[in-house]
Amino acid sequence: MLTSETTRKSDALVEQPPSANNSNALFTGAELVVKSLVDLGVKHIFGYPGGSVLDIYDALLAQEDIQHILVRHEQAATHMADGYSRSTDEVGVVLVTSGPGATNCVTGIATAYMDSIPMVVLSGQVATHLIGDDAFQETDMLGCSRPIVKHSYTCRNAEEIPATIAKAFHLAKSGRPGPVVVDLPKDKLSPPHRFKYEMPEKVRIRSYNPTIKGHAKQIKKAIEAIKNAERPVIYAGGGVILSGASELLLEFTETINAPVASTLMGLGCIPGEHSHFVGMLGLHGTYEANKTMANADVIVALGARFDDRVTNNTSKFCPDATIIHVDIDPTSISKNIHAHIPVVGSIEVVLRQFLDALAVKEDFKTPSYTSWWQDIKGWRERQCLGYQKEGSGIKSQQVIESIYRATNGDALITSDVGQHQMFAALYYPFKRPKQWINSGGLGTMGFGFPAAMGVKLANPEKEVVCISGDGSIQMNIQELSTCLQYSIPVKIVILNNKNLGMVKQLQDINYDGRHSSVYMDSLPDFVRLAEAYGHIGMTISDPQKLDESLAQAMAMKDKVVLINVEVEENEHVYPMQKKFGAIDDMWLAKGVDQ
Amino acid sequence: MQQTILSILLENEPGALSRIVGLFSQRAFNIESLTVAPTDDKSLSRITIATSGDHKVIEQITKQVNKLVDVLKIKELTNISHIERELMFVKLNAKTPDARDEIKRTADIFRGQIVDSTNQLYTVQLTGKKDKLNAFIRSIRRQSDIIEIVRSGCVAIARGEKALTA
Repeated sequence: MLTSETTRKSDALVEQPPSANNSNALFTGAELVVKSLVDLGVKHIFGYPGGSVLDIYDALLAQEDIQHILVRHEQAATHMADGYSRSTDEVGVVLVTSGPGATNCVTGIATAYMDSIPMVVLSGQVATHLIGDDAFQETDMLGCSRPIVKHSYTCRNAEEIPATIAKAFHLAKSGRPGPVVVDLPKDKLSPPHRFKYEMPEKVRIRSYNPTIKGHAKQIKKAIEAIKNAERPVIYAGGGVILSGASELLLEFTETINAPVASTLMGLGCIPGEHSHFVGMLGLHGTYEANKTMANADVIVALGARFDDRVTNNTSKFCPDATIIHVDIDPTSISKNIHAHIPVVGSIEVVLRQFLDALAVKEDFKTPSYTSWWQDIKGWRERQCLGYQKEGSGIKSQQVIESIYRATNGDALITSDVGQHQMFAALYYPFKRPKQWINSGGLGTMGFGFPAAMGVKLANPEKEVVCISGDGSIQMNIQELSTCLQYSIPVKIVILNNKNLGMVKQLQDINYDGRHSSVYMDSLPDFVRLAEAYGHIGMTISDPQKLDESLAQAMAMKDKVVLINVEVEENEHVYPMQKKFGAIDDMWLAKGVDQ
Repeated sequence: MQQTILSILLENEPGALSRIVGLFSQRAFNIESLTVAPTDDKSLSRITIATSGDHKVIEQITKQVNKLVDVLKIKELTNISHIERELMFVKLNAKTPDARDEIKRTADIFRGQIVDSTNQLYTVQLTGKKDKLNAFIRSIRRQSDIIEIVRSGCVAIARGEKALTA
């Protein structure tokens, strides 16, 4: 220790201006952080300064490659980085100070973790000699975040900063993606100590080697099952989108002529209007999607994890089906539902293997599955997404359909959590992957708006609409201020039913209509609120004016527009699975059993 | 629910152990015992965990542990030929000559050793499988007052050529 300390001190005496071209140049820890991020191609950081990261904020001033977005609350920074990542192939980057700065990120990290989103959170830490002393703004961030990160690092030597950040990015992006926290004690960042910048050419972690390619024997078994299927279904999840396998999925779908049901996270992995798409499955899935699953004899699960919101009662889950489960994460396989044919690997690579295997099979020609498609046609004819349009008020479903028209079905849609989220998932047929951005696993209210800001920054030329509710929007509404500062013209549509609609629906169904703490009696005037933040606010209450007003709002390309739509207060989301039932035990409307 | 012994090789990094322990509590897996120490390679630690659960649970535990970035390898030892041992110290009341004789005899039967003694007390050291240590406790309890017991938890290794190495 003594030797290295001595070396460092003598290094510090050599004063050299930082220069990228000079390999002998020396940098402070904070400069190493910034330089590493620049070299890793980072263009945006979402963050909030504070005592322990001031050196990094100072170093940020000396470069022009990275734009720092100053948020109004750290939670929003994580959701912005998250949305940024979900709408691109980039890692979302967050920079926060120690203590409260770091703990405010916990919800956002958990959100990213549940949905496997690549994110790197750089959190400040008190100086090494103060760690454990309950110093000012000290929190054990590695401890706080441990159950909700893919991995985390603390920086013990400033020299290791570039290699550590490179590892964090590699882990965040590869295998099953996820958030990585890098804790940076202040003394490792501060002058006067200076170090050489050594970024490794290639990251190698000996204990980390995710399986990318499916095992040949398992591929063979899966192909046999697919070949022998009479009623196959593809159950596609977020993994398809994360591995960039949408085009291959389309090819595979058409090759085997199977219907595709998608999870909430998988929406857009196949075009919503495609003839083989039967819709979202699960709790609020379509009748045809859940029926198709329940009656299938072979289920090809791709990058999905048999979540409880999909399966309903696991003991009644598709008892006759042979389950082929493809996932890059072995822990997802046979965790909730036993997989008869597990295949560990990246969806993209395994789908290619499937297609190659089918191509060489001389006896394989695309089956017609006439009676299977006939069954599906019958289920579709129930038109489970039909709803009563008459009445004086605006229906939530109508609003989503109107947004679809106003955006030509082309906007990037983010959502918060609640009824509006399910309406958006069901009534906006997504054309492409990464078009639909929501907190599926954790169900984080307050996600949608900051996520939309991240999406817009990453896709400035695209239309970005956040669909929210009167409850969710208030969980991160302070970011209207950030929107103004950086001119991030997103559109926010609030489906305002003056209630926490989803909770109220559950209380209607499971608690005999006893409503406990679901009324928003003191909602703000959203129009004036938008105006107070320097934006445009609109209220729509007349169904006749819905299309016109939304089109008007969308036409204001360079403006943030907050659109408060007063919708029918007592609407429920349907279809809906019955509690403890099988996947296809459902209500199709209020009191309407299938 | 059968006892399962898992052997884990992982990076000897700060926080690595807490990731293992945290995983068990986070996912409601049992830990009956856990031992950890560095290996001959100082960059690696070896953990032996005794746990229990049905086949499905053990499979999940194995996969989840393996998924931790710090973990190089995990191996279930209970389904292969292996050796397991636990170390125990038992402090016993040995006030009377009869009690002292009885403790000594019982310790001999169990191949234990008396490693400390005072006018009042004997401390017995015993190694073996869990069952053997439990049998000693049952046996000695009838003859003497147990003042204190400390057990190491089991360590285990595969028999023959099989080895858990980086």
